[in-house]
Amino acid sequence: MRRQIPLALVMIFGIFMIFQYFVPHESSEWVYEFLLDWIYIIGIFALALGIWSLIRVSVEKIHSRKSGWGYPIITLAGLFLMILFGFIGRRDGVWGLYFMTAEGLSNPMFRHFFDYILIPIQSTMFALLAFFIASAAYRAFRARNILASLLLIAALIVMLRFNPYMGPIGPYVADTASWLLNVPNLAAKRAIIIGIGLGIVATALKVILGIERGYMGKG
Amino acid sequence: MNIFERMMSLDRRWVFLFVALVCVATYIVPFEIPVRVDDEVRSIFEFIDTLRPGQIVFVAIDYDPNALAELHPMTYAIMEHCFRKNLKVIVTALSQNGPGMAEQAIRDIADSVRLDREYGGVKYTGREIVRGEDYTFLGYKPYYALVILGMGQDFRIPFPTDYYGVTLDSIPMMRGVHNYAQVAVVVDLSAGNITDAWIAYGQGRFGFPLALGLTGVMGADYYPYLNSGQVFGIMAGLYGAAQYEQLADNPGRAKDGMRVQVYAHLVIILFIIMGNVGYFMSRRKRAGAAR
Repeated sequence: MRRQIPLALVMIFGIFMIFQYFVPHESSEWVYEFLLDWIYIIGIFALALGIWSLIRVSVEKIHSRKSGWGYPIITLAGLFLMILFGFIGRRDGVWGLYFMTAEGLSNPMFRHFFDYILIPIQSTMFALLAFFIASAAYRAFRARNILASLLLIAALIVMLRFNPYMGPIGPYVADTASWLLNVPNLAAKRAIIIGIGLGIVATALKVILGIERGYMGKG
Repeated sequence: MNIFERMMSLDRRWVFLFVALVCVATYIVPFEIPVRVDDEVRSIFEFIDTLRPGQIVFVAIDYDPNALAELHPMTYAIMEHCFRKNLKVIVTALSQNGPGMAEQAIRDIADSVRLDREYGGVKYTGREIVRGEDYTFLGYKPYYALVILGMGQDFRIPFPTDYYGVTLDSIPMMRGVHNYAQVAVVVDLSAGNITDAWIAYGQGRFGFPLALGLTGVMGADYYPYLNSGQVFGIMAGLYGAAQYEQLADNPGRAKDGMRVQVYAHLVIILFIIMGNVGYFMSRRKRAGAAR
């Protein structure tokens, strides 16, 4: 029964969701919305598990003084401070703890932590990519064979397409770049997308029919 | 080690230094990069530009601060364009850090729209952007595919209240607005897989006009959808944002950033050429020595 019940549930709901798509009846829509709500409910449990897991792993690291044990302190401080700021807000000029309403969003510390800590940190991390890409392009883009040469030429054309200093060949470079994006790139991407789509359908059918059971674990 | 071998194996710190110098210099020195407008960006601008006052544009801010440099300029250009044209805007943020990005953008755009400006020879009087009348910010909900599907039934299913806890029924601009059928266009500004969900679960199922604003590296992946008509326009990367700014006659962050990007690309290209010259000359020399 431990295996049959989950398999039966997956098959029933899987087949229902396929047919529901083609049945625009009110009752079908109601069941569909009801099922969507269930996914949120399950997701909330996943969120709680995720937070608990983060706390446990961080505390263990701090407790055992593993290398880099200072970082989990920052992680936990960030987690709890943001939660705290999110609950502290002002209503009618009075500061207080608001768990059920959105007063915390107007908390200046909640905004400042996002605007002046998170945004600069994430933007900086991404900006560093420019340097690594420049270095990697310099080392990797070598015309060692025909395929590598084609890749190199295509990359240069696409990079140069919006360069205003190309003189009279500028429009030709831009048109060639558009052609590269709209013809060879499109053909390859379309083939990949169709392949992925067929793969998704095949995997979904295998799950619904109980052939693919990896989602149940070893059970 | 001869000169060609040196050209091939330059210490990467030199590459970093040159890129940094060029980025800083081009950021500091003010000059303008001419921008050529592609059809896929023009179609988005023209679609929004021809909407009637009061029509609703749905802007999905589905990116985190790491894509800020490329996608924030698009958000600014499109939303300011909408507010200047007296269009209503519904905003969602379906990535975890999206709400902060959306709030920041709304605050800055509201400041800009307060000023009298002239775009494309048309004078626009500054006005106050009012939450609930000019825009509604629905906020974030997890499981973006489900949220997109849910909004197709009714915005109130995933978002009974807006981001600030106000029930949608009590928001003036949301009266009579239930789902995508009341929205003129959806513009998804995204740095990840959420775009796929907007195409498959949103446009595919509900058939609304969909335009995309993407990071530069994502652009090429979504051209098939442009060609198939599933999306009617794509803005890719900073260049896409600069094109929109050019069309809206509202130069901002993207046109500023293009200076840095164009010259940084030139430096990268020069390094690539240098590496290849070194590679070919060393190979030729080795082949000569072997003979």
